[in-house]
Amino acid sequence: MSREDVLVTTQWAEDNLNTPGVVFAEVDEDTTAYDGGHIPGAVKIDWKNDLQDPVRRDFVDRAGFEALLSEKGIGNDDLVVLYGGNNNWFAAYAYWYFKLYGHDKVKLLDGGRKKWELDGRELSTDEVKRERTNYTAKDQDLSLRAFRDEVVDAINTKNLVDVRSPDEFSGKLLAPAHLPQESAQRAGHIPSAVNVPWSKAANEDGTFKSAEELAELYREAGLDTSKPTIAYCRIGERSSHTWFALHELIGLEDVKNYDGSWTEYGSLVGVPVETGAK
Amino acid sequence: MSDGCGAPAQTAIAADADTNGQVVVAGKVTGGEGPLGGAFVRLLDADGEFAGEVQASAEGDFRFYAAPGSWTVRALHRSGNGEASVSAEGPGLHQVAIAVA
Repeated sequence: MSREDVLVTTQWAEDNLNTPGVVFAEVDEDTTAYDGGHIPGAVKIDWKNDLQDPVRRDFVDRAGFEALLSEKGIGNDDLVVLYGGNNNWFAAYAYWYFKLYGHDKVKLLDGGRKKWELDGRELSTDEVKRERTNYTAKDQDLSLRAFRDEVVDAINTKNLVDVRSPDEFSGKLLAPAHLPQESAQRAGHIPSAVNVPWSKAANEDGTFKSAEELAELYREAGLDTSKPTIAYCRIGERSSHTWFALHELIGLEDVKNYDGSWTEYGSLVGVPVETGAK
Repeated sequence: MSDGCGAPAQTAIAADADTNGQVVVAGKVTGGEGPLGGAFVRLLDADGEFAGEVQASAEGDFRFYAAPGSWTVRALHRSGNGEASVSAEGPGLHQVAIAVA
């Protein structure tokens, strides 16, 4: 797999805004950014309201995903280009989520909304209306998704990559530094996890580092690429960014995202927790 | 408990000085013609490692919930970049201004 198979540049995006069969979608938790100006023609996907079950802590089911994409005007044959704020965290999450439900024609805009804005490219406030489709999804591909029991079993056997900041990993902070500090019951990390903050996989402008730089980064951190890998963070979006780097850019085959992440693990009763830096 | 990861609205006003015991690093980004909105502000630790990023408000305001220590805030904007240092000894509001050129 090459970078061009999974990422598009901002220039490519600008050149293909009106290309039939290409749908741009902005994915964010806070969709006020989209409402204030988005890539012309892009539809809006709300990370929380559209992708999360409103009652249980889980994703919308297959029928819900089909209804969402149909309503957004995304067809099974469309190439979906995802982008968003926060260095593409939620867009990477959506990318992983689209793959989970079997939509293979999906790419990320390299650098996301940040790169688009830093380039000084056009943002539009025009309402975007696409014709309804009749989208059909597949069952979730659980080879991409890790649940808590598998994570506990992975201690000392599989690679566990904690992609939060060093202070969250050591237990000094419970959440990223742009958020009030509230989160799981306990601070720390899963024993045997290595700490490779998601930000090390990205350049300052939000674009991903090269596959060679990424391979070197995880090799230096002690990742054994002959073993399966599980990535986690706090709620599963930063680890989607790292899942993308490991699975889509480096091309490692067995990589799962643990979307329960620290807000689940750090509140489990009876599981081992380690604190301190490595 | 916050179950999201998006940043709250970016403000750094004096009336907001009650930080509930948190170490808050906040301030304003300015350009050649006053407050500069929409810059991407990155919080870097004493080793220059990335710790967080927010997008400044339309008035140029930003804020981070940090830990005690020395920090660098770095702003990226289509008109240029800038950075500044701040020492946050403990809980409270630690203000820092960034000039972008």
